[in-house]
Amino acid sequence: MLLQSAVALASDAHPLAGTIAAWVWLLPVLPLAGFVINGLLSLNSAHFGPSDPNTPDHHPHSEGAAEAPVISHGEEEGAAGDDHHAVKRHRWAGVTSIVGPGVLILSFLLALGIWRAMTGVEMEAPFIQRYFSWMPVGDLHIDAALQLDQLSMLMILVVTGVGAVIHVFSVGYMQDDPGYPRYFAYLNLFVFFMLVLVLGSNYPVMFIGWEGVGLCSYLLIGFWFNDKAIADAGKKAFIVNRIGDFGFLIAMFMLFANIGVLDFVGVNAKALELGVGSGLVTAICLFMFLGCTGKSAQIPLYIWLPDAMAGPTPVSALIHAATMVTAGVYLIARSGALFSLSPVASLTVAVVGAVTAIFAASIAFKQWDIKKVLAYSTISQLGYMFVGVGVGAYVSGMFHLVTHSFFKALLFLGSGSVIHAMHHAYHTTNSHEDAQDMRNMGGLRKYLPVTCVLMWIGTLAIAGIPPFAGFFSKDEILGEVFLRAHGSNLASASWLGMPGSGVLYAIYAIGLVTALMTAIYMTRMMLYTFHGPNRTGATEEQHLHEVSWLMTGPVVVLGILTVIGGWLNLPRAITDVVPLGRPAVLDHWLEPTVGAATARLSAGTREIPASTEQLLILGAVVIAVAGIAFAFAWLKPARLVPKRDAPAEEGFERVVANKYYVDEGIDATVVRPTYAVSKTFLWRVVDVGVIDGLLVNGSAAIARGFGWLGSRLQTGNVGIYAWVLVVGVVALLGAFTLR
Amino acid sequence: MLAESLALTAALFIIGVMGVLIHRNAIIIFMCVELMLTAVNLTFVAFSRFYGPAGQVFVIFVMTVSAAEAAVGLAIIIAIYRHRQTVNLKDINLLKG
Repeated sequence: MLLQSAVALASDAHPLAGTIAAWVWLLPVLPLAGFVINGLLSLNSAHFGPSDPNTPDHHPHSEGAAEAPVISHGEEEGAAGDDHHAVKRHRWAGVTSIVGPGVLILSFLLALGIWRAMTGVEMEAPFIQRYFSWMPVGDLHIDAALQLDQLSMLMILVVTGVGAVIHVFSVGYMQDDPGYPRYFAYLNLFVFFMLVLVLGSNYPVMFIGWEGVGLCSYLLIGFWFNDKAIADAGKKAFIVNRIGDFGFLIAMFMLFANIGVLDFVGVNAKALELGVGSGLVTAICLFMFLGCTGKSAQIPLYIWLPDAMAGPTPVSALIHAATMVTAGVYLIARSGALFSLSPVASLTVAVVGAVTAIFAASIAFKQWDIKKVLAYSTISQLGYMFVGVGVGAYVSGMFHLVTHSFFKALLFLGSGSVIHAMHHAYHTTNSHEDAQDMRNMGGLRKYLPVTCVLMWIGTLAIAGIPPFAGFFSKDEILGEVFLRAHGSNLASASWLGMPGSGVLYAIYAIGLVTALMTAIYMTRMMLYTFHGPNRTGATEEQHLHEVSWLMTGPVVVLGILTVIGGWLNLPRAITDVVPLGRPAVLDHWLEPTVGAATARLSAGTREIPASTEQLLILGAVVIAVAGIAFAFAWLKPARLVPKRDAPAEEGFERVVANKYYVDEGIDATVVRPTYAVSKTFLWRVVDVGVIDGLLVNGSAAIARGFGWLGSRLQTGNVGIYAWVLVVGVVALLGAFTLR
Repeated sequence: MLAESLALTAALFIIGVMGVLIHRNAIIIFMCVELMLTAVNLTFVAFSRFYGPAGQVFVIFVMTVSAAEAAVGLAIIIAIYRHRQTVNLKDINLLKG
């Protein structure tokens, strides 16, 4: 569309030139069109925002939020998320139902077409489409350009594919909401920015997407913004993300200052100029990783993600589980050329990932809100992905990203169905109980049989039971960590004075323990939600029933993907024994993009015998099964009581249930001191004293002083003016003649 | 010849300047300004005697402009007098800062 001729010029010789891949610009533009249409529709309505909270119909919630510290607002608020008032459907809801998911489905079909074209050709170099020069400033040349290669193709398929499924689910979940077109406008805009993020051919274009998805995340978390706690959760997510984005920006500045390029191809070519293992490249990588910890919810910036559950559940599935939060993993895989130069930075990524994985898993043990369990499980699984990309197993990290997006979207949408059903039951009976608290559920298997089966598939996948997708990807990450602990470049590096090999073994051990914990807490969630006696309430129970096909259908699709997702990258150790199919497909596919970086970090790795590898896999399966079995033996859903009767937790359990008081700690150490300093020093001294007093009024006083001096010359007496004039002329003439 | 002419015109000009500087009556200052213009005209004429007719052309211009200036200047002085009943510049300082 834009500058077609320039496009044709830029991509002359590439094998993809002239194929459907030239339409790559349409991928993000389709959702953008959806955003514009839905956005205009949403403006055409009686009220733009959520319905008035003061109507008697409103569902009161969040009793606990008022006394919660500022930063941890949005604790139990998701319940509000599913308010369905007496049906006040938006007048344009029908159009939105077609446009919203429609653009995504079209985008997905186009992505499939481009993928087909890509499989048909041998491509070594990425296919880059330049549209216009965005920032030609001095030595800085940044094009608005899209880059199509194997890595971005994988992300596009995930974003548009899972995105389309979740959009369809959203039709069932949100169509009675008065803000329905607004919701889809935001969701479409999110997909647009996500596609810009994965398609951008340089860091600044990627950063536009990076910031854009953060914006949409903020808008969607705060979708029901008339509840202060929900609005606060959105703000928290935005602010915490900004801290990370600052790191990303610094990394870009340092890259440009030192090698003068910001596009991926250029950085790949020039990365070695930074020096292998130099402090500079380590600093760049660590700043970049700071950005990843913000976007992908890793320690120390993970705190926003649990609160983000205040948004509608499909949003949690799409943005806070399947796509946006994996952007950090994508960024590291994309910057493999840099990270592979710095074993220290890579080990840092892996260590942070591992610690986050086990830390978040431990919190998930004592969460009662079904979405909170999934939120912490997401943080934990993202930790696994960072372990993967941290140890230089970029393919494994991306593989887990893909499978995780399948099974976590499945679990979130399943929980959405559960919440929808629960909320419907409570709403019909005018009960004000918490529709998301697992203590109020129990025995839902009877009422939501399809959802129950599908969520069990997701649970088995995340726990690592073969043949579900999570088993293959999680196992591959752990296997790679184990493999690299002998003799690779990483193992011979030292991290904070510790030998890399020891660090890698520790990460492996943490990974195994986390796998056990994952199996236990996920089974706990399933047991409390779907099994045992029902605790919803005698009258409410009558109104529990399976949700509509519009919502189960997409979950079924994700269920199928969860079952077959592992075939993307079967390990050789398994296909040697059981002929399941072609091994290492994804390895082969991603080889041109991340192969060099992988090779650099794993250089020197000793082969381990296939039998050892098989033993490790078997061990991991045993751990997963043991976790599930332990949960069945240990947990007694029958003894649970509904939320309102539940006793308070004691001792360490209370510490875990309160997430180790991290939010309170941050509140006490960062938020309150910031408020205090702002109020006493920044406001009264800096703002009132320095800025208002010294700078604003001070400069005004100086100007007034000079003005007063000048006005003394203006006596109004023509005689004096004449004297000054004559003296001046004489002086000038004298100066000229005497020179 | 030229030196004498220029000495005369310079003397006339300085008399004009001193008049402007010393006197306070607007009419007298005005006449001194006219004297300065005349001195300049004389200079032009003196020069044109040696360097061609351009100086005389300028004299015509200067006389035209000074006639216009005299009309405007006198009008202003009359207007000031009607308002203030005085033409003493000491009493007229409307532009005092």
